[in-house]
Amino acid sequence: MDTLERLVSEARAAFDAAADAAALEQAKARFLGKSGLVTEQLKALGKLTPEEKRERGAAVNRAKAAIEAALEARRDGLRQAALAAQLAAERLDVTLPGRGSTIGGLHPVSRTMERIERLFHSIGFVVADGPEIETDWHNFTALNVPPNHPARSMQDTFFLEGEKDTLLRTHTSPVQVRSMLAHVERHRDADPMPDLRIIAPGRVYRVDSDATHSPMFHQVEGLWVGEGVSFADLKGVVADFLRDFFETDELKLRFRPSFFPFTEPSAEIDVAFMSGALEGRWLEVCGCGMVHPNVLRSGGFDPERYTGFAFGFGPDRLTMLRYGVNDLRLFFEGDLRFLGQFR
Amino acid sequence: MQFSENWLRTFVNPPLDTDALGHLMTMAGLEVEEAHAVAPPFSGVVVARIVAAEKHPDADKLKLCKVDVGEGEPLQIVCGAPNAAVGMKVPCARVGAKLPGDFAIKAAKLRGVESFGMLCSARELGLSEDHAGLLALPDDAPVGTDIRAYLDLDDTAFEIKLTPNRADCLSLTGVAREVAALTGAPFTPAPLTLVPPTSAARRAIVLDAPQQCPRYCGRVISGVDAKAPTPTWMKDRLQRSGIRSISALVDITNYVMLELGQPLHAFDNAKLQGAIHVRLPKPGEELLLLNEQTVRPAPDTLLIADEARALALAGIMGGEETGVTLDTRELFLESAFFTPAAVAGRARAYGFASDASHRYERGVDFQLQRPAIERATQLVLEICGGEAGPVEEARSDADLPQRAEVALRPARVRKALGVELDDETMRALLERVHLEVRNLAVELRVTPPSFRFDIEIEEDLIEEIARLHGYDNIPAPSPRASLAMLPCTESARPDWAVRHRLAGRGFQEVVNFAFVEAAWERDFCANAAPIRLANPIASQMDTMRSSLIAGLVANLVTNRKRQQNRVRVFEIGRCFVRRAAPQGVAGEEVAGFWQPRRLAALAAGTALPEQWGEAARAVDFYDIKGDLEALFAPRALSFAPVEHPALHPGRAASVSLDGRVVGVVGEIHPLLAQRFELGASPVVFEVELDAALAAVKPESGDISRMPAVLRDLALVVPATVSAAQVLNALQEAAPATVREIALFDVYQGKGVEPNHKSLAFRIFMQDTQRTLEDAEVDEAVSGLLRHVERAVGGRLRV
Repeated sequence: MDTLERLVSEARAAFDAAADAAALEQAKARFLGKSGLVTEQLKALGKLTPEEKRERGAAVNRAKAAIEAALEARRDGLRQAALAAQLAAERLDVTLPGRGSTIGGLHPVSRTMERIERLFHSIGFVVADGPEIETDWHNFTALNVPPNHPARSMQDTFFLEGEKDTLLRTHTSPVQVRSMLAHVERHRDADPMPDLRIIAPGRVYRVDSDATHSPMFHQVEGLWVGEGVSFADLKGVVADFLRDFFETDELKLRFRPSFFPFTEPSAEIDVAFMSGALEGRWLEVCGCGMVHPNVLRSGGFDPERYTGFAFGFGPDRLTMLRYGVNDLRLFFEGDLRFLGQFR
Repeated sequence: MQFSENWLRTFVNPPLDTDALGHLMTMAGLEVEEAHAVAPPFSGVVVARIVAAEKHPDADKLKLCKVDVGEGEPLQIVCGAPNAAVGMKVPCARVGAKLPGDFAIKAAKLRGVESFGMLCSARELGLSEDHAGLLALPDDAPVGTDIRAYLDLDDTAFEIKLTPNRADCLSLTGVAREVAALTGAPFTPAPLTLVPPTSAARRAIVLDAPQQCPRYCGRVISGVDAKAPTPTWMKDRLQRSGIRSISALVDITNYVMLELGQPLHAFDNAKLQGAIHVRLPKPGEELLLLNEQTVRPAPDTLLIADEARALALAGIMGGEETGVTLDTRELFLESAFFTPAAVAGRARAYGFASDASHRYERGVDFQLQRPAIERATQLVLEICGGEAGPVEEARSDADLPQRAEVALRPARVRKALGVELDDETMRALLERVHLEVRNLAVELRVTPPSFRFDIEIEEDLIEEIARLHGYDNIPAPSPRASLAMLPCTESARPDWAVRHRLAGRGFQEVVNFAFVEAAWERDFCANAAPIRLANPIASQMDTMRSSLIAGLVANLVTNRKRQQNRVRVFEIGRCFVRRAAPQGVAGEEVAGFWQPRRLAALAAGTALPEQWGEAARAVDFYDIKGDLEALFAPRALSFAPVEHPALHPGRAASVSLDGRVVGVVGEIHPLLAQRFELGASPVVFEVELDAALAAVKPESGDISRMPAVLRDLALVVPATVSAAQVLNALQEAAPATVREIALFDVYQGKGVEPNHKSLAFRIFMQDTQRTLEDAEVDEAVSGLLRHVERAVGGRLRV
């Protein structure tokens, strides 16, 4: 091995032995500094003949390049090691919980109402709303329930002290009448009037309180009035809705004849699930029917020309069935342990 | 309406089992609510007679009985019942019998004595809870007969929920007529024999109010034995129909009512004076009813009276003083038609209901009075003996209901139902339920029978056709309609968008009752004119809320009791205020009652859930204010100090949007927090929901490419000056190049003189067209300073 080769391997060994940047710079000085070993070799060239100089010079420069490359490699290695050490030192316990707030949630019945609104919106129903302190006319008379009608005994009504004609609405059906009157007013000049399709979710009140009845509860009223709306349409819409709401075709439905003063023919709808805890039991979920001609008249429609259907769902009941809630009262107690399950 | 299946099957007996029969009725609109077996399943039990009963040699309480079961030698049975006695007829479960609960009877040794069966109590057969002794059977019970057959136990009690339009089905006859129509099975009506009078006893009847009572039949029956026992078959049928046996005469009236649907009343004829009058009350008249309630009849309540006094509330309830008793010898039977309008709602006004009023207010067949009184007479004579006088009938033909023809257009039926039915099918369906149909060229003309009160217009017939055709047989296609798009505005967001935004900030939605304690309205709202319920469900729920805040506080109390100390809840609901709605606000639908939908939220406990990385800090005013601002963002709210009965006087602000006050935010008043033990004072806001739903369509502006200049200004102002005053002053003086002024620090303490505070603002300046010169920035800043000093006494902190 000649001197230059030895020099290169000494330099490599020295660089590798340098533990940090400072030591490396010292080692560099020993070889590449002003009086370093490589520099000395270059200086020694001056004493040689031009021919020797060319040959020797090339060799020295190769050695110098090799040493410089070794230096750069070592520098890089040290940088890498330093970064690795820094990153290692910065390691976190990634399993510690995240920082900040948590989320709350909608009331389970609101969740149901939102889904009902979205489903009906998808076939052209818009949301309508009405007052909860309601006039006797809107709540009863306009809905074909005259005073003393036996149907009034089906619903125990909250009345206001000192008021004769106002009460807490017993159902969302008065919204039907308000919506019809507004629709007829808006489309006074249209012939025919466009269809009226509304969905009216809201709170209603009845004098009733036990394990399965709450004095305040929710209803969703639906109404479609137009030329040629039929009972078959009612069945189609409600059946579609129930299958979509419960997200299953494994649902048996039955439409039973029933009676409501504001619809005729009237029906109640029962569903039975084909699996799960409630398998096979008929559960009443909806009252519905073709809008009674007297109600269409109350709303300003000509019943000879326009027909319609109306339906009322109990979102509390639907929520219980959908999410497996077994006690209606839980909805109104504000217990965060219960409500927190619906996030 | 409850009744026995076997009784029904005496009138119509279709080839359907119990379940199928129940389903048939339900699907025809007679909803079966319950169908329970009269007795649980058991077998091998027969009528037996105890022929000998001796004491058990080794047990004091047991008896050794010999029992005749109708075949072979008497059986030896050990029995512990105290009433076991020689000659008694009892149910005997023989070896091999299965009693309820899968209890098999085997031959056994009891205290060393062999026993071949078991004598049964009513409870052991699942017939009642009676376990005092053996079930004693009548002396004429045939020994050896299977007990199920003898007691007719293979029967079901059906309970059907009848809608108010189907009064015609409030009787066995009515239900049977319907079942016959639905199945085609033959209908055998109750036997109807005219009972010829054998006495001349009679009582005159005067219809003083023929519009309310157009027909009244009465009959005197003399020499009856009111103490005669009610036959077992009648008792069983009544019991299975939910009616308790009282005495033979009362039972007969109830039985006929169930069988035919005609309410009857039995007076003690000896207690009546002169003619019967059906009339309206006289002023001041009083009547003691059978339920021991004394009523002063309202002027529109029809009475049955004699010449001396009021006897009964017509069609509702009889009087205590003139009803039949076990000592009655002479009977006056009433079978009348009172119009629905004459009875409707009256019983409810007196606070009760009766089987009679239930039927009359819905409609009793106005042709039924004579047949019913004959049927009842026949049963009275059979059971209690006696001599019947002639039937006295008072009638006002002009006032009896008319059954008008109703026109039915077959095309209309098809259109309304969306189903292709031909005219002939419709006609056949209607005739099945005893409607008379005339066929005219363009329409059918239909006359309902006297027992149907629910057929007056075309829709009534459409419903009848749909029902008889079967709702199940009407198709359920997805409807076809014109596809007009619904509007999708950006100027409002739906309710649930607001709900989701609050949920995203950690609030849980609740739903509270709209009626609250009166004290809440006083303490949280200082409401001087609360809206109160006339008939609250409980005294602590008698006032309509005018604010949602108290309800949220109650939620906090409830949850703290359940160890939930960090509570963040919100509610969207209506509030109720006794006044006209403010100008320009929707919702004045019911005069004098403003019913705004509001949104309120409450936060209590720590600002953040307890966690390792943040120091725990109680939630405060600025937290909830931040939630409120985020809810309305990007629209800016403004705030000003306000007084509110529920809030800390120094920590409450009115909330305004576009210059209109839309709500309030603040900390719950410390006194309320103390009274309800709320812990560190919770913070709340309540705003009009409409304001929160309004939204703005974003408009894009130029984004400047020019460099921005930031200047920070720390201003010292007297402590009483609000941040908003300083900010307003800055904004007033800001040239157009000032794009934003943001408050980033508030400081009080060392370095700032007492009763003053330092507010630090960052001024963000930029021009869209050019780079700002230092000089003009300096000029703008000194302009701001000059104005702030003039407006609020602020000066630069040094």
